Amino acid sequence: MADVPKPEELAKIDHTPPETPWMETPAVLKDGMWCYGAHPKNLEIVDMPNPREWSPRDEDWKLPDNWKEIVLDGMKDRLGKFRSFKLFMDICVRCGACADKCHYFIGSGDPKNMPVLRAELLRSVYRKNFTLGGKLFKKLAGGRDLTMDVFKEWWYYLFQCSECRRCSVFCPYGIDTAEITIIGRELINLLGCNIDWIQAPVANCYRTGNHLGIQPHAYVSMIEFFCDEIEDVTGVRVNPTFNRKGAEILFITPSGDVFADPGTYTAMGYLILFHYLESMGLDITWSTYASEGGNFGFFTSHEMAKRLNAKMYAEAERLGVKWILGGECGHMWRVVHQYMDTFNGPPDFLEEPVSPITGTKFEHAKSTKMVHICEFTADLIRHNKLKLDPSRNDNLVVTFHDSCNPARAMGFLEEPRYIIKNVCNNFYEMPSNTIREETFCCGSGAGLNAGENLELRMRGGFPRANAVKHVHEKHGVNMLACICAIDRAALPTLMEYWVPEVEVTGVHELVGNALILDGEKKRTTDLRGEPLPGMEDIEDEDL
Amino acid sequence: MALHDLLAKRKDDIVKKWFELVLETYPEDSRDFFRRQKNRFANPMGYNIKEGIAGLFEAIVEHDCDHEKTAPYLDQIIRIRAVQEFSPSEALSFVMDFKKLLRNEISTESDAGLAVELDKLEEDLDKLALQAFDIYMGCRERIFELRVNELRNLMFGALERANLVSFPGEEKEVKENKI
Repeated sequence: MADVPKPEELAKIDHTPPETPWMETPAVLKDGMWCYGAHPKNLEIVDMPNPREWSPRDEDWKLPDNWKEIVLDGMKDRLGKFRSFKLFMDICVRCGACADKCHYFIGSGDPKNMPVLRAELLRSVYRKNFTLGGKLFKKLAGGRDLTMDVFKEWWYYLFQCSECRRCSVFCPYGIDTAEITIIGRELINLLGCNIDWIQAPVANCYRTGNHLGIQPHAYVSMIEFFCDEIEDVTGVRVNPTFNRKGAEILFITPSGDVFADPGTYTAMGYLILFHYLESMGLDITWSTYASEGGNFGFFTSHEMAKRLNAKMYAEAERLGVKWILGGECGHMWRVVHQYMDTFNGPPDFLEEPVSPITGTKFEHAKSTKMVHICEFTADLIRHNKLKLDPSRNDNLVVTFHDSCNPARAMGFLEEPRYIIKNVCNNFYEMPSNTIREETFCCGSGAGLNAGENLELRMRGGFPRANAVKHVHEKHGVNMLACICAIDRAALPTLMEYWVPEVEVTGVHELVGNALILDGEKKRTTDLRGEPLPGMEDIEDEDL
Repeated sequence: MALHDLLAKRKDDIVKKWFELVLETYPEDSRDFFRRQKNRFANPMGYNIKEGIAGLFEAIVEHDCDHEKTAPYLDQIIRIRAVQEFSPSEALSFVMDFKKLLRNEISTESDAGLAVELDKLEEDLDKLALQAFDIYMGCRERIFELRVNELRNLMFGALERANLVSFPGEEKEVKENKI
């Protein structure tokens, strides 16, 4: 009992945080905030450095003796290679415009989650080692040495950035903090200190083509499970094909749509749409090898992102398709839109995508040869090619969460809304400073949707949840639509904590509900098996 | 009723001071944002904490600390603090801080009757503190539950869809693979 404090000692607790300057306040790793370290087998398989058993909780991270040299050499290399990185290290005037725009800061109050300060963690080391002022005047010029504490601080806070780029929208210089985080994480990876929630998907994707390590036969079984479910709901059997050579289009979607609810219902929506279009000339195949649209290599290093991304084009070439249609995903589209063409393109063996149904040329995809399924579907609706019954979604009052990457990296704002408004009768927007370019992150992006860091995810997602709660209370919103697989994995938990009355859906789940198939039976439930309003009697009669 | 009138008259001032006491539990560099930004969507934490505090103040002053009435206000504040970097005592310190604030507020008053009324009011605050503890634990238990559910749904859902498990009465045929 000697260690139990007395009541009067307890009463003396001072809740005020220490007032030391940020450079002199080392990061303390708090449970619920950090993710487990990369397992050695997941580093070894992709030839990444320093595979070993380690835990971020340990004092000793088992780094090579020359770890500091490795990091500084890596920084020098990247300063030479990426002009954007060099520019972003130099030009910030610390105006603070970005400071209060980060969802992690807004939800935590931790100043090191201000984008300017998070970047300053790296900048301070840059100044001390790579600028004359920093070398001469050290701390006076905002420089500091790279120590073990500083490296751990980098690790802690660079895995508290979801690379959502909301802050960059507000930066008068256009500094992209996500790119700073990307480079920072690359430096961390030089010492084998990735988090396992990123490294395991990277290793799995490298081996089997998708994040969970689903092997081809299991991938097919999972999709056939959806076909059974679709048949139960619609009475129509859909028959997707896999790895079919000579198909016109290859379909690639994040594997989250195949293995995790509620993304699975979105996958059913794709299947229903493809079946509907089959008789109109759609010739499409799935792949059990390019079975992942997401790319956790993007959260590791540029080289790893390129390596994993290559499978898309490789599979497209192997199958001899003309172009690629991509599913609802977030960072997948940033990679496709902004990196793929220079990573692994141009894919001259593919053709400029043309919709086989409407004849629309997707000129914006002339170079990458890859079209977003929302663009494809919006075009179909625009040309009156789909028979839709939006009343089948009348049990839903929908709002739309702009997923960070499609919104800010592609300017992809109207197509999903256009589809939703055509397949649903009840749609309400969240407040303007929480959507479109200013959308708030789900709090779990960039590989941070692990279980061990749930507190980080809940506070990071709080600004988003707060806006959802508002439209729930004002308009009775009960469904949050999105076009990102990480959103579909992370938002349900976020909603259950902050607004439990609201569920999460992909846009194509709503399409699947509304689409009228030839020969279908009277639908009494939606794709989730939930009774449709006004159809309960029919269900009873059937019984 | 003297205390009631006194507090009701100083409502805005006291709520502001109470809000400041809560802000003091956050790093100094961050406080100004939570204080200054009035847009409830740009600053959801500042907004919700302030609204929660105002609601609690109203209930306390009106001697209407019915659990159902105070629960939403407490929840508004505690749900946020339960996922921030606070120990349980730190997360809930704001309830106790109000006692200190009240005593300071009436320390300059000479009316002896106030002390008696204050005792009664502190009883309400003690109940509020206990209720806050329940809500805090509810939030933490929710977090643990969500953590388990995510893992369970991911693993069992994937196994089920891969046709690798069967449940009593729902035995499925193992399908031929078509790759």
